Amino acid sequence: MISMRDMADKPLLDIRDLQIEATVYPPGEKPKTMTLVHGVSLTVEKGKVLGLIGESGAGKSTIGLSSMAYGRGGVQISGGEIFVNGRDIMKGGAQGLRALRGKEVTYVSQSAAASFNPAKRLMEQVIEASLVHGLMSKAEAEARAVGLFRKLGLPNPETIGDRYPHQVSGGQLQRAMTAMALCPKPDLVVFDEPTTALDVTTQIDVLMAIKEAIRDTGVAALYITHDLAVVAQVSDQIMVLRNGKMVEWGTTDQIINTPREEYTRALVSVRSHEHAEKPSSGDPVLKVENVTARYRSVPIDVLKNVSVEIEPGHTLAVVGESGSGKSTLARAITGLLPPMRGQMIFNGRTLSNDLAGRTKEDLRELQMIYQMADVAMNPRQTVATIIGRPLEFYFGLKGAERDRRVQELLDQIEMGKGFADRYPAELSGGQKQRVCIARSLAAKPKLIICDEVTSALDPLVAEGILKLLLDLQKLEKVAYLFITHDLATVRAIADSIAVMYKGQVVRYGTKSDVLAPPFDDYTDLLLSSVPELRLGWLEEVIAHRKMESAGN
Amino acid sequence: MSRIPVSALIGLVMTGAFFFTAIFAQWLAPYGLNEAVGDVWENPFWSSEPSQYLLGTDNIGRDLLSRMIYGCQITILLATASSAVAFLTGSILGFTAAVVGGWVDQALSRLVDLFMSLPSLILALVILSVLNVTLPVLILVMGLLDSTRVYRLARAVAVDIVVMDYVEAARLRGERTGWIIFREILPNALSPLVAELGLRFIFAVLFISTLSFLGLGVQPPLADWGGMVKENKDGLVYGISAALVPAIAIAVLAISVNLVADWILNRTTSLKGGRNG
Amino acid sequence: MHPVVKLIAQRLALGILLLLAVSVLIFAGTEMLPGDVAQAILGQSATETALRNLREEMGLNQPALTRYFQWLWGILHGDLGTALSNKKDIATEIGARLGNTLFLAFWAAVISVPLAIGLGLLAVRYRNRWPDKLISGVTLATISLPEFVAGYILMYLLTVKFRIFSPISTIYDSMSFGQKLNAIALPVMVLVLVVLAHMMRMTRAAILNVMQSAYIETAELKGLRPLTIIARHAFPNAIAPVVNVVMLNLAYLVVGVVVVEVVFVYPGMGQYLVDHVTKRDVPVVQACGLIFAAVYIGLNIFADVISILANPRLRHPK
Repeated sequence: MISMRDMADKPLLDIRDLQIEATVYPPGEKPKTMTLVHGVSLTVEKGKVLGLIGESGAGKSTIGLSSMAYGRGGVQISGGEIFVNGRDIMKGGAQGLRALRGKEVTYVSQSAAASFNPAKRLMEQVIEASLVHGLMSKAEAEARAVGLFRKLGLPNPETIGDRYPHQVSGGQLQRAMTAMALCPKPDLVVFDEPTTALDVTTQIDVLMAIKEAIRDTGVAALYITHDLAVVAQVSDQIMVLRNGKMVEWGTTDQIINTPREEYTRALVSVRSHEHAEKPSSGDPVLKVENVTARYRSVPIDVLKNVSVEIEPGHTLAVVGESGSGKSTLARAITGLLPPMRGQMIFNGRTLSNDLAGRTKEDLRELQMIYQMADVAMNPRQTVATIIGRPLEFYFGLKGAERDRRVQELLDQIEMGKGFADRYPAELSGGQKQRVCIARSLAAKPKLIICDEVTSALDPLVAEGILKLLLDLQKLEKVAYLFITHDLATVRAIADSIAVMYKGQVVRYGTKSDVLAPPFDDYTDLLLSSVPELRLGWLEEVIAHRKMESAGN
Repeated sequence: MSRIPVSALIGLVMTGAFFFTAIFAQWLAPYGLNEAVGDVWENPFWSSEPSQYLLGTDNIGRDLLSRMIYGCQITILLATASSAVAFLTGSILGFTAAVVGGWVDQALSRLVDLFMSLPSLILALVILSVLNVTLPVLILVMGLLDSTRVYRLARAVAVDIVVMDYVEAARLRGERTGWIIFREILPNALSPLVAELGLRFIFAVLFISTLSFLGLGVQPPLADWGGMVKENKDGLVYGISAALVPAIAIAVLAISVNLVADWILNRTTSLKGGRNG
Repeated sequence: MHPVVKLIAQRLALGILLLLAVSVLIFAGTEMLPGDVAQAILGQSATETALRNLREEMGLNQPALTRYFQWLWGILHGDLGTALSNKKDIATEIGARLGNTLFLAFWAAVISVPLAIGLGLLAVRYRNRWPDKLISGVTLATISLPEFVAGYILMYLLTVKFRIFSPISTIYDSMSFGQKLNAIALPVMVLVLVVLAHMMRMTRAAILNVMQSAYIETAELKGLRPLTIIARHAFPNAIAPVVNVVMLNLAYLVVGVVVVEVVFVYPGMGQYLVDHVTKRDVPVVQACGLIFAAVYIGLNIFADVISILANPRLRHPK
């Protein structure tokens, strides 16, 4: 018999010296065992929220799932103890685990769209765990689910449960999954990057809904994310992880305001980088005039009468959410999607709207860098070929001369010797993006279009890439058209900004003008939605913004 | 180079042996293809008076081993030639459809859909019913019918590659279509296509054997393994196993190539380019 | 109109269109090939009179388009023409044989479909363990066997070495049902063996694909029993791919039947077709080819309709 005092003393979740391994099967080789988590210990008190933060490969999701003794793929828990409600869950066998999962501990995944069964109605899935574990009757469970739908701000809470997953939006599914996790009245919910896949303006609504639901139901939570500013809004404590080891563990206030470790300090200061705006210098290198474009077979203009300018050596940031037309603008400028109306003047020459009509010189002076560096490089070409091809193609460089220039470029992107003979698959994410930068620099361009070049990278790596781009700009006097959805990136790199919304430029000017009030409603929403590393920021924003996000 | 698994090694050795036999058939065969040397259906195995011929004799007293060796040559020649036809036609048209797109792609793809909407054996029977069956006719009919499958694969693979950012980057650089097809697309499409080549070869072996077995493939005086099963099948009921020899040879050849193809297929699906693949 | 009804109607219309196109293909394949059809049928040594008579008989003097429409018109009215070789009505000849073929294919399907799905599930359940490896090894071998090779090996083993079955599978109307079943046991076994490997491999892949979905993980994390997970979450999503696999392989059975009937001298459509290809009896070949194609296309349409019906996105549009 456990006394009430014992119960109160014991933490809800107590992980001791956790060790997690994964078996990988490289083709044609013997299976290898890798250690993903090296001896991590943590506790979560009843009703408290612990944030787990780290870059990709930090092991944060793996640790989160270990609280349900679950390993994805070849992952298995190879050492340590995991106590939930004072019980070692590794010792309960399959039946014990089933009694734990969905009853005491529940889970919210990053992609609710994939995590809901497409063949079943939402309500059936939301109440399933409650019924299977015999926690309540069907009527009670449905009433609780409707209550949770309402609390989480879902539209038509009475009837939304009758819908199928594909019939509701991504933001709504994420809320529904939270309702599914809360329905059986669990003691602990594991939130695994629940807002990462959402647009920035939708993210804060869902974040707020989750925060309120946690507060009102008194449930404890593990909140896993790579975004320190997000986790700071919902957590009581934060644990910083790196390569499967704990770096630092403290209260939210301590981690963000007085970090002790070097690595934590780097994470905290990532967003504080500011870039001084360059003074205007006169003639623009690119003038986009009244460009209107649409895709074949879609009867709507994706770009409506867009006009922007970029000065030599300056950076124009184009910001907007998914579907705002910012990437379409890049396609129009490069000639991949010839505009129906409008024209582009590049370096004093009028550019042919169609790619086929452009001269080699036009093509050389206008380069592009992509978001996903791994698919932007031919996997069957070495770094030397990838960087060397523009040299050969535009300048006719061959042999030793070409190799010398390739090495120069590699030095410029701070990669040095020994990389020329590697294939893209043998590079890290940051290195791949650097090679793509070198490839575009090889053409000695006047303008480089950067399409979300840092958004697939971890924050610290992304910062390194931004710094490199700025350094190269000083050196080569190249202009950037920088497409991004992340306003922190904009602050760090832009000289002027164009805000796009539904195919139109809604605000355009120098950085200082665009980021200074008074704002139009959309810019206000966009600016205020960027998570800030500050306690209480979330509540402030929700209270003060002028416009609700559209795609919740 | 990574380690070759045992099964693939066995497959490689066996396939090599079959091809060796096919190439040097004239020197390996002890007797002529149509040379009658002994009695009808002499049995070398478990018999009271064992035949002097290693595999015995066939339904009209020809040396079965010699016929097997020549049959190997014909079978492999036809299968190789028809899969080459299938491959060249299918992959050239498939790549063209993917890179050019538009109505060329539509027209080719719908035509291939039509041909694939009925079983190739049935279509082959219909066509061969009115043609004089000669080796070139067989090669063309089998090759063209099978090219529809290669077309589908080549087009699908190329379509996936064409939308990759690196192909777009090459287009933006101003590269010609030739460079894009041969330097950007082909190296990345090669490994699935090579694995498919193995499967097409097996299919061709089974197809030609089936046609000859039905009496619509290789015509006498030439003979392939399928035809040899047909010649000797009547003996089977009397316990004479001559028909099983070519039958088992077909199966062994197909399994050997399958082992190799399976290995290549596994390698290519798990590698993302770069070295080795 | 509900979008699903519309989609199915579209699919059926497409099927009819395809069948029409196939009829053109078959007609063209036999009648418009380079060279003289009559010459090809009678051989190089035919006399001029014989050639003229045959052309007359086949209506070869009329333009091809006219002949095609006459042929199609006849088929639509159940008239498949008369055979060149024995002057018999093709429709009556085919009638009885089609029944025999379907009898054979039906029993092969009845045995192979549950067996393939069962083995597929077993392979998924013990993935990468010995039952899976054993099954995949054996299927790799059987995939490499042409139907007639499998047929003769089985025939040799089961009728000559161990006298369990009769090597000839002739069936008559006067035979009892049990006798018929006994007669077709061997050909059915061969068909099952040949179809099973493909069907089982594809079923395994289809189920594996569903089992690796994120919603299965969700179900596991709800603490559901493995059987509940399979029944409630995997099954509804696996229906469409598995039905597709089954139909595809039943269509493949249609081809297998042709060869197996020849091996076991079974009086069905396949035997009839092959006989008349050898005799260059063009009208029979056309009729048989069209019927095989119709069955094949029909099965494929059926598979498409099932996957449309099983797709929640189509059943419950936004």
